[in-house]
Amino acid sequence: MSTEQAKAELIEEFGFFDNWMDRYQYIIDLGRELPPLPDEWKVAQYRIEGCQSNVWIHHQREGEVLHFDATSDAAIVAGLIAVVMRIYNDRSAEEILATPPDAFKQLGLEQHLSPTRNNGLHAMLAHIYQVAEREARG
Amino acid sequence: MKIHDNTEAELLLDVDVIRAEFPILARRVHGDRPLVYLDNAATSQTPQAVIDVLDDYFHRYNANIHRGLHCLADEATAAFEESRESVRGFLNAADKREIVFTRGTTEAINLVAQSYGRAFLQPGDEILVSMMEHHSNIVPWQLLAAERGLSIKTIPVDSRGVLDLAAYAGLFTSRTKLVAVTHVSNALGTVNPVDELVRIAHAHGARILVDGAQAAPHQAIDVQALGVDFYAFSAHKVYGPTGVGALYGRLELLEAMPPWQGGGEMIKLVRLDGETTFADPPHKFEAGTPAIAEVIAFGAALRWFSRFPVDLVDEWERRLLLGATEGVKRIEGARVIGEAPGKAGVLSFVIDGVHAQDIGLLIDQFGVAIRTGHHCAQPLLHSFGLDATCRASFAIYNTLGEVEAFLDALERVVKMVRG
Repeated sequence: MSTEQAKAELIEEFGFFDNWMDRYQYIIDLGRELPPLPDEWKVAQYRIEGCQSNVWIHHQREGEVLHFDATSDAAIVAGLIAVVMRIYNDRSAEEILATPPDAFKQLGLEQHLSPTRNNGLHAMLAHIYQVAEREARG
Repeated sequence: MKIHDNTEAELLLDVDVIRAEFPILARRVHGDRPLVYLDNAATSQTPQAVIDVLDDYFHRYNANIHRGLHCLADEATAAFEESRESVRGFLNAADKREIVFTRGTTEAINLVAQSYGRAFLQPGDEILVSMMEHHSNIVPWQLLAAERGLSIKTIPVDSRGVLDLAAYAGLFTSRTKLVAVTHVSNALGTVNPVDELVRIAHAHGARILVDGAQAAPHQAIDVQALGVDFYAFSAHKVYGPTGVGALYGRLELLEAMPPWQGGGEMIKLVRLDGETTFADPPHKFEAGTPAIAEVIAFGAALRWFSRFPVDLVDEWERRLLLGATEGVKRIEGARVIGEAPGKAGVLSFVIDGVHAQDIGLLIDQFGVAIRTGHHCAQPLLHSFGLDATCRASFAIYNTLGEVEAFLDALERVVKMVRG
């Protein structure tokens, strides 16, 4: 599945909900399904500090693809991380770089990505592109 | 969750009538949710009477103050100075020259740090601040301490959120020159015994500055009875506009202090080939054109608020606080942060397994405005082992119905996050 297909799938899933409560409930549920982040990665080195909540993100190369593990101490941010992972995780650096960062906008979640909200998500997404760029350059 | 009926304070205050004076409280948010505004410790809303004053200023007499000879300048100057008199009355200061207009509490504290602090504190001197201070009553002293080689000592707070007075008294040495402490904690609602803090500070020959930002909307303030040297507060937490506040300083201190910012308005004579001389207080500390409309509206807000007996306001807000506190405590895993006896206006809490940010974000969707985070009091929150709390804070216009709406929304939010 391409990143565009992953986005389309998410847009379809989010399209099922006609009220904010169900949408947020779905986001929270997605966050619950994130694989637990091992404790040794839940350290300052992998932390992106937000104003109120924190994000931890770790990556490693697995063959041709980049594998990310990430989580947050806040439920909604964790759910939004799960959305990011559906699109970006286990893909080649080239695939990541070819993906326009517009998924949140298409999902109607762009307010969570604004740098002024400062919940770590914006910085996390930027981090994913930076990692991909480093990998692509070799 | 149903809270029992009207109390005497609500009837005597006629809260519904007061509410009707605040156009913004009729707003709906996120579609058709009635706004439940419980972020009053951050900023209070503004009654029509004060909005009208701002409007009237720009319609009729917008002019720069103090030096103009024309009609508009006269009227603006008179209204501006009438505000100074209103602030003086509100604080029961002895003399209106003791009232300096600033951009707010933060600037008032910085003024004292930069003017009094630079002139009168020597390397090795000590400043006492409490663990419960807002960053605005910590950082100005840290900047001063770094520049002047001072040390800062911390007055501890116990697990209820009460200042440790015995420890406070024990911190003084011959080098202690200044105490900077809040009247009411913005993060916990603790009301500090300012008269006692002043007595102990003065017994050791130290000056004391009190941050009154959170006290001003909840209780009568009498700077003479309290005996404080400096007292700072902001308009926008007492039903006035943002961008203005006031510093009270005892006249002999203000007279002895050097100017902080230079500019127009604060001078007597300016010479390029000799010595520039400065105006007397308070003008010595009011360089440049101030926020004239906002200062005039500040005075109007204090006069508006002074219509209500402050004891009744306090009683009503305590009733709201009690209802909210009892309701929050019924939620499984909820913990109230700050349980000082007689606390005012603020309910801070955390809920096990539910991040404060999630609560703030989701409860907003129900139309309920609260604040989540560290409330600019990181040292205090860290002392409780926390990074963030949820804070609901109350004002004269809030109702028990709103407290119920807040509690209902909170229960639903907790259920959503816990699943």
